[in-house]
Amino acid sequence: MSIHIPTSLDDALALLHELPQVQLLAGGTDFMVEVNFNKHDVHDVVALRRVTELQQWHHDETTNTVTIGAGVVYAEMEHGELATLFPALAEAARTVGSPQIRAAGTLGGNLGTCSPAGDGLPVLFALDAVVNLASHRGTRSLPIGEFMLGPKRNALAQDELVVSISMKTNSGWQGYAKVGTRNAMVISVASASLVLDTVSGTARIALGSVGPTIIRCTQAEQWLQTHYDISARKDLDEAIATEFGLRVSQESRPIDDHRSTAQYRRHAVGVLAKRLLQRGCVQ
Amino acid sequence: MSTSVVRTRRDTLGTSALRPDGGAKVQGSFAFSSDVWADNMLWGATLRSPHPYARIISIDTSEAIKIAGVETVLTAEDVPGKLTYGLIDSDQPVFASGVVRYMGEPVAAVAADHPETCRRALAAIRVEYEVLEPHVNPEDSISGSVPPIHPNGNLLRHQRIVCGDTSVTGPVMVECEYEIGMQDQAFLGLEAALAIPDSDGGGLEMIVATQWLHEDRKQIALCLGLPEENIRLTLGGVGGAFGAREDISLQVHASLLALRTGRPIKMQYSREESFFGHVHRHPAKIWVRHHASNDGMILKIEARMVFDGGAYASTSAAVLINAVTHIQGPYRCANAIVDGFAARTNNPPCGAMRGFGVVQACFAHESQMDKLAQACGLSPVEIRLRNAMRTGDRLITGQPVESVAPVERCIRETDAIALPPQMTSSPHELSLPGGSGRTADRSHIVRGIGWGVSIKNLMYSETFDDYATARCRLDNGVVTLKFATSEVGQGFVTLAPQIARSVLGVDTVIVDPMDTTIGSAGSTSASRQTWMSGGAVDGACRLVRERLFEHVAQQHNLDPLQLEIDDTDIIDTRGTLRISVSKASAGVAFEETFEHHHRPTEDLDENGQGNCHVAFAFVAHRAVVDVDTELGLVKVVQIATAQDVGRALNPLSVLGQIEGGIAQGLGLAVMEEILMVNGIVKNPSFTDYLLPTALDAPDVVAILIEEPDPQAPLGAKGVGEPPCISVTPAIAAAIRDATGRAITRVPVRPSDICL
Repeated sequence: MSIHIPTSLDDALALLHELPQVQLLAGGTDFMVEVNFNKHDVHDVVALRRVTELQQWHHDETTNTVTIGAGVVYAEMEHGELATLFPALAEAARTVGSPQIRAAGTLGGNLGTCSPAGDGLPVLFALDAVVNLASHRGTRSLPIGEFMLGPKRNALAQDELVVSISMKTNSGWQGYAKVGTRNAMVISVASASLVLDTVSGTARIALGSVGPTIIRCTQAEQWLQTHYDISARKDLDEAIATEFGLRVSQESRPIDDHRSTAQYRRHAVGVLAKRLLQRGCVQ
Repeated sequence: MSTSVVRTRRDTLGTSALRPDGGAKVQGSFAFSSDVWADNMLWGATLRSPHPYARIISIDTSEAIKIAGVETVLTAEDVPGKLTYGLIDSDQPVFASGVVRYMGEPVAAVAADHPETCRRALAAIRVEYEVLEPHVNPEDSISGSVPPIHPNGNLLRHQRIVCGDTSVTGPVMVECEYEIGMQDQAFLGLEAALAIPDSDGGGLEMIVATQWLHEDRKQIALCLGLPEENIRLTLGGVGGAFGAREDISLQVHASLLALRTGRPIKMQYSREESFFGHVHRHPAKIWVRHHASNDGMILKIEARMVFDGGAYASTSAAVLINAVTHIQGPYRCANAIVDGFAARTNNPPCGAMRGFGVVQACFAHESQMDKLAQACGLSPVEIRLRNAMRTGDRLITGQPVESVAPVERCIRETDAIALPPQMTSSPHELSLPGGSGRTADRSHIVRGIGWGVSIKNLMYSETFDDYATARCRLDNGVVTLKFATSEVGQGFVTLAPQIARSVLGVDTVIVDPMDTTIGSAGSTSASRQTWMSGGAVDGACRLVRERLFEHVAQQHNLDPLQLEIDDTDIIDTRGTLRISVSKASAGVAFEETFEHHHRPTEDLDENGQGNCHVAFAFVAHRAVVDVDTELGLVKVVQIATAQDVGRALNPLSVLGQIEGGIAQGLGLAVMEEILMVNGIVKNPSFTDYLLPTALDAPDVVAILIEEPDPQAPLGAKGVGEPPCISVTPAIAAAIRDATGRAITRVPVRPSDICL
């Protein structure tokens, strides 16, 4: 087994091109657990921590776009400027594992693993994030909905890596909520992120842990836009919020497993949608 | 500027002396068993069955042994002595032979130069199984409707209790069936041992994390076919136990590998293997019917209790006896008919865990007390006060409770603890149910209050003489103590020197390593070491004190009976002599060994009658919970408790037991459960076996009730188990109070609350 430690993106991409069957190591919070459980036959590991291009984020105020490097850790999103720009991302980051895990885990890792329970993913989807990929062949960008293909499946080619995620800052409100059977440090049983864009008058809601991958509830979004003035974010009827929750829950596709039941997940995600909408409209 | 000399308080009995290993543990420098190394050592590893029930057609180790670095591969054929082990019944194979009876049962072991080589060797062992349909329903084992899965049969024990007039009925009747899930002890210091063979191959030395060195030695010696004296055990650093280190895990395997290879063997389990390598708390189903008068006085209890013992006996028989003899709770009851069954299934073996059968019984009897209160129009506190047991009352086994029984006081003092403040209009988001998930707002929360009160036996029962041995040596003013008491975190290493300081008036006390070069101390379990090993240390120190007084009396021409210890001096109670202990013991040495035995107990007869227990302790818990009723999420806000401790020999240590026990009981109430489907364990990791975090742990307000027990050598009752017993039903009751749901099962799942 060899560990390769590139210090630039080009070097990393060259390694991905040259070596067959490379395993990428960022925070290691998924990968090392799987190694310890002997789920990988590890040959070549490319460790990304020293690739400086991946560790940075920047805010382009002319286009209102924030680009977050794939190697930025959750701890950096919990507080400070990123948290102000994307409160929902900060809320999601605070639910990731323990402080130790958040100091190591990255958004790129969340996308690479592409688990339906990935805490950051519903937020990225609700923010209409674009995933920027690179390989020695060049770069491409995919809307996150096209990047996430299924349970632990994504659109990454073997020689490709996630460089960054780009999102527009939005006016309005955004939030995230996650149900687990413990008050901290728990894998999501159901989660939801809601974005209310007051400029365009649109709502976007994405769900975690209630389907094979993150689910966008486009029908519920449409319904809300036609039944409620999102631009105003005022005078929300309880009945509208309840109906929105029900419609969101109908778009979920949960399963039974050892963490919970499909019935509970479907119920919980509807409650979360309703509460997020009420939270977003009360302020 | 002036300087003042402050005399530090001596760490005698009654003070909150600090743990001698506390600093090292906090700083990460304490050596646990898994940190021990030896030159030239090999690593050992275990191959385990992936199936809950299967016939072994063949085992082919030929490919594994060829791997470079692999020194040996052992199977059942390589066990030189007894092929089985067990704490009560020797029914568990060292290695499975012919059949595997639970998922994770050991089939073979390897020794190799590196853990990774071990892993490859295990993967190279070819075991051909004929998979069988597992028997996982204990009712089938009781009815005999499935063929025996073990030569000893499928019923591990049945015990009936018939007490008083069983034809009595009451105008008020409440009944229900309760269910308790399988909890894991989940100690943080994983199983680990280092076995070092003697050069002649005729014996070995082992450093191991265990609850009972001498019992381990006995079982290891039998399986190796060697005399016990050829096996020497030393206690390694133990990171928690909670019952899971009472049974043998890797001890015999490591010993066999060491003797076969002639080299030191290090074995340690991963967290996943640990879930398969030790017994768990019995899952149970308990049906109870209470008959009572209209004013809430209990007239009769009927109960049927079914405990799933899993594939092997372990301590199931003793756990069951605790369950059936505690089903009345800390309440007077003249009439009862109880049937208890411990059944064998193809689930993981169950055995000792903190509370030992009483946890399950308590969830049932406390849930019943609330039902009774409701039926009689009484408050939870009033129903319990009316029925509270007092010193001298008889249990349904006919045994009088001779221990001090301050049940009423426990309840009243708990009730007097201030309730936590009401939730503010804008509480901190982390303080709400759902915690960091930010699921709830203030308006979604309903607060509930619930009660639990319990009785717990102390020490071993049913004629077992679980004595403890200790030696005290006073040499030039310095005391050295020797005992084989396992320090698993409970604090005997703190307490023993406190005893010596109080009895002998010394300051410097050295505790020798715990090993098998002295007599047994019994197990660190059953809330027994303060009473038993404490009694042994106290006895040995008193014998040395007699010798010292004789020495001083002779020198000063006094009657030794006139002498007394006063702080660090010896004084003549009838004269003026005052001499420091260090001066009095200069140039002399005294050494005494003492065995402490508790009073004998009896077996239960076929009607469950007999004085089977030694002593009892009591505790009350009041839980305040906040519940998000729509999502079914719970935050335990406060646990108020008053515990009958006899005498608080180290109040800080007692509080540590109380806070830890409450966290463990909270775990069983709302999150901790080993999940199984047809004998397959689904969550053998801390990702999915959830333990309470700091955010889940409640505020604890504790009152120590000190009514010294005359039977106890130091007046002190065991305090380890009671904190975790009635807190579980108290939390369940608080959830009922908040939600109006029946809540007949723990752990309470979100769906039990909101769907």
